[in-house]
Amino acid sequence: AAVTRRLCILKGIYPHEPKHKKKVNKGSTAPRTFYLLKDIKFLLHEPIVNKFREYKVFVRKLRKAYGKSEWSTVDRLKDNKPTYKLDHIVKERYPTFVDALRDLDDALSMCFLFSTFPRTGKCHVQTIQLCRRLAVEFLNYVIASRSLRKVFLSIKGIYYQAEVLGQPITWITPYTFAHDHPTDVDYRVMATFTEFYTTLLGFVNFRLYHSLNLLYPPKIDGQADVELKPMEGKEYAMDSESYLEKLSALSASLARVVAPTHEDEVEIDEFPVEGETAEQMDARKKEQEALENHKKLFEGLRFFLNREVPREPLAFIIRCFGGQVSWDKSLCIGATYDVRDPSITHQIVDRPRVEQQVVGRYYLQPQWVFDSVNAKLCLPVADYFPGVLLPPHLSPFVTEQEGDYIPPEKLKLLAMQRGENPDEESEEEDEEEEEEDDGNDKEEEEEEDESEKEEEMKLKKMEEQKTQSNKALPVKVTAGKLRLEDRQRLEQEQQSEEKRLAIMMMKKREKYLYKKIMFGKKRKVREVNKLAAKRKAHDTALKEEKKKSKKARRV
Amino acid sequence: PCPPLTPLPSAPLQDIRNTVGNIPMEWYQDFPHIGYNLDGKRIYKPIRNKDELDMFLEKMENPEYWRTVQDKMTGADIKLTDEQVDLVHRLQKGQFGDVHFNPYEPAVDFFTHEVMIHPVTNRPADKRSFIPSLIEKEKVSKLVHAIKMGWIKPRKPKDDTPTYYDLWAHEDPNSILGRHKMHVPAPKMKLPGHEESYNPPPEYLLSEEEKLAWEQQEPAERKLNFVPQQYRCLRAVPAYSRFIHERFERCLDLYLCPRQRKMRVNVDPEDLIPKLPKPRDLQPFPTTQALVYRGHTSLVRCLSVSPSGQWLVSGSDDGTVRFWEVCTARCMKTLPVGGVVKSVAWNPNPTICLVAVCVEQSVLLVNPCLGDKLLYGATDQLLESYEAPEEERVQPVRWVTASVEEHSKGVRLVVQHSKAVKQVTWHGKGDYFASVVSDNSNMQVLIHQTSKRWSQNPFRKSKGLVQCVLFHPIRPYFFVATQRYVRIYNLLKQELTKKLMTNCKWVSSMAVHPGGDNIICGSYDSKLAWFDLDLSTRPYQMLRHHKKALRSVAFHKHYPLFASGSDDGTVIVCHGMVYNDLLQNPLLVPVKVLKGHVLTLDLGVLDVLFHPTQPWVFSSGADGTVRLYT
Repeated sequence: AAVTRRLCILKGIYPHEPKHKKKVNKGSTAPRTFYLLKDIKFLLHEPIVNKFREYKVFVRKLRKAYGKSEWSTVDRLKDNKPTYKLDHIVKERYPTFVDALRDLDDALSMCFLFSTFPRTGKCHVQTIQLCRRLAVEFLNYVIASRSLRKVFLSIKGIYYQAEVLGQPITWITPYTFAHDHPTDVDYRVMATFTEFYTTLLGFVNFRLYHSLNLLYPPKIDGQADVELKPMEGKEYAMDSESYLEKLSALSASLARVVAPTHEDEVEIDEFPVEGETAEQMDARKKEQEALENHKKLFEGLRFFLNREVPREPLAFIIRCFGGQVSWDKSLCIGATYDVRDPSITHQIVDRPRVEQQVVGRYYLQPQWVFDSVNAKLCLPVADYFPGVLLPPHLSPFVTEQEGDYIPPEKLKLLAMQRGENPDEESEEEDEEEEEEDDGNDKEEEEEEDESEKEEEMKLKKMEEQKTQSNKALPVKVTAGKLRLEDRQRLEQEQQSEEKRLAIMMMKKREKYLYKKIMFGKKRKVREVNKLAAKRKAHDTALKEEKKKSKKARRV
Repeated sequence: PCPPLTPLPSAPLQDIRNTVGNIPMEWYQDFPHIGYNLDGKRIYKPIRNKDELDMFLEKMENPEYWRTVQDKMTGADIKLTDEQVDLVHRLQKGQFGDVHFNPYEPAVDFFTHEVMIHPVTNRPADKRSFIPSLIEKEKVSKLVHAIKMGWIKPRKPKDDTPTYYDLWAHEDPNSILGRHKMHVPAPKMKLPGHEESYNPPPEYLLSEEEKLAWEQQEPAERKLNFVPQQYRCLRAVPAYSRFIHERFERCLDLYLCPRQRKMRVNVDPEDLIPKLPKPRDLQPFPTTQALVYRGHTSLVRCLSVSPSGQWLVSGSDDGTVRFWEVCTARCMKTLPVGGVVKSVAWNPNPTICLVAVCVEQSVLLVNPCLGDKLLYGATDQLLESYEAPEEERVQPVRWVTASVEEHSKGVRLVVQHSKAVKQVTWHGKGDYFASVVSDNSNMQVLIHQTSKRWSQNPFRKSKGLVQCVLFHPIRPYFFVATQRYVRIYNLLKQELTKKLMTNCKWVSSMAVHPGGDNIICGSYDSKLAWFDLDLSTRPYQMLRHHKKALRSVAFHKHYPLFASGSDDGTVIVCHGMVYNDLLQNPLLVPVKVLKGHVLTLDLGVLDVLFHPTQPWVFSSGADGTVRLYT
């Protein structure tokens, strides 16, 4: 069973849902998993099955030799330890490179998780080291290709999304704390997955590095290496030992097979696709431009990371967007400049206040970096000063459809991306608010939803009608006016009744489907309304509190 | 070898060596003696009554105190001599006890490091050093044998191919296995939304009730598998305790979950609604409630309208039959009958003014004496012109002429059955009428002839509980609805012509289209079945418009309308066009839902009926009213 499980995992065989469950299950409807017969036959042909058997025999022999204290036999057996490779399985499961990239999400998440495991217990140290190496290599590739697109600080960990060869690849890394290893998790299953994933990731890394003309296994660029050296001094460690650490510092660029020349960046010739209008082309061009700008988001900025800030994610993100980054040299190898460097533009700080502030640089909380990346522009820094209540951190993975709830912060952000500047207005409004306590009705009105606005419009119209009719007829309530109002409503009522009658005539199956769809829609609307109401309640509560505190201050 | 402790000269000369041996002296703690001397006499402990103060004084005053020790074996105090003190000091310093021992004597080599020509020992060499070892030979031969047999393999050459290379260097589209076309890639994990942020907008945080609800839900049912949290800064964010779990669950999903391609059809719900002709184009049909006929005190079970459409008769549970004028909603006449009225039927023949009323076990034939005096006078004459035949025939019922008192109220004839009568219905000509008796035997349906005062039982066998019966409006057919089937009998040929499957659990009512080729059946499982007799014996269409059991259905005589009344208190009027062209199927469109009756005792509308000439519909309800919709 264990071997079958491993084979299924390695070969990517999954159960199937039979078309006629009862027929297959001999009349019973109990839940059972069904594999296709041809899948299992396919497993039998796998050459790796023999390797597994060999390994089993090897383990048996080794145990016997140990039992008899035949050390020479033990040595000999260990020398001839059977090994197997998963290359052909990778090739078979992912016949093209793009296929492999599509399935990279889980591989990356798993490798990042395993690379944070402690070096004792749970799994082999080699696996952990390999995972760490591959993960660092991938990060270096993403830096070199500048393909990171989105980042998100979740309560589960940090999500990253990169776009490699047009494929979005999302992975999650846990926060760097010691793991509380659960007991109800089968680590053997995870180890089998990791075995396959490391192979896959290794090949993918190789290919990716070569697509960028980088050396694989990666080497730190000689020039950068030399730059690093004097800072470190010689007391640190041997070169061979500190190699991975230097690599994982993510601060140095990598050596290329061919020295990069700036002429590489040739203007891409444009071939208009047939049937594409000029507008579409323009839009595409604009998109391309925006992407280029996004890639150079932090270009020219020099960051310094304080020691309480998670170094690796921030260094990775900043370097992905062209910024320069450094940290305290006692924190990690690979620091390139000092805190006192006057050219630092941004210092990332995560403490309530900073004692000695240097003039000429912004002290910012780490969320600024993440939000800026997601917003594709450097956000105004005022909201992110140390000790300031941070604005909410929004998920960049949500794209709101028609009718979805959009948090007001997102609306603001979208407006900012469009180039408008609602910030000043809101600030002004804030000031106004501070000046006048009672003058916040306007703002409230603006904050209200569009639907409500529409309703208000309707009401206003009706009122107008009322006043008009009142003017026309000096008499008080008249029947004529009532009828006027009724006509619209009658029509609506009639329409809705017609619809109801038509629904009655639907076929049973269609009616079921219709009811289901309508239920889903209604539920969505309900959820949206709930969120909006919650937000409104929260805002009003906040305002009240502000008012109160202000009054208290005045008194 | 240190000198033995010599007893102090001050000690008594007698031999006080203790014979207890090397034992822990605590054993003698509680005894006055501490052992036995050579003669076997007890050695008593020296009397000590020194307390702390004495000890202190002695310590202060006795200059020899520091070198006084207690001999544990005898309990006596011993003063150490200078040599002994010296010895103690030496041992404490880790030096040799003997003062005269020199640890640094010059070394004298026994064997020299220089090779000498003579052996050190004179022992001759063993024989085994000259002959080859058997054991070794055995071992070598074993190895040779193992190599020969292939048990021991030479060390495998290390393969020097790099672990990673360009695996996809030659992407050959032909090498892609066929199974890849069938492969269902695992769906990617759901991307996180705003609520998963470490600092989400405040509306995404759960309120107290929501949190409680979340905790009480089954983990599989939860919409979110975590509680949204807000942290003020990144520094405060802890590790997510279920991270490994989630990765593990993902692994399990990847290799244990069945995968299936599901085609998700994006249907616009508006497209599902069938396109029907607008009700406005199908006018006339009743749309509004015009009149309410009040007077009954209990539920009104049945209605009937005179063929001219001027009068309405209703029977109720309060034991009365009321006659109303349709246009004015005025109760013209009340006829107390002393029992629940199950069914009333106005004679369809316009020249006869006669109403059949079911009361308990009898059917009353009532002349309401309304309208044209000539007309109802003629009816009375017609009834009185009956002459009893010479020979008395055996009949399933008894025909009784009404008593004088009853006659004055309008009752003319009483047909007494053996069991309670459920329903009565007239033949189109107005001479015959059929009654349904709640019974299990073959006596359930009886056909009566008024003019001859003669009844007969058409069926020899019972085919189940008969719900209602109807005469065909034109041809000599007779419809009998049992619980699940509707049987059509030819009265002339006296045979079963058709059996319709209603696909309902329990038929409640039935109505025939005036053309005679279509039937509708209402059932208690809130379905209405439309049968096209030319088409098939199964329903042409099942309409599930009502939410509760249907009580009655009705067709209009002239207009293409039919109505159904149900326990949910509504009357639904539908347009049911039957075309003369046989190729075109009937068109059924609901046109109006009429509300008005109040639900009482979970009953709504009990009977519906169309006006014979106008597009009006009457309905009687459990709230004791009759309503007219125009």
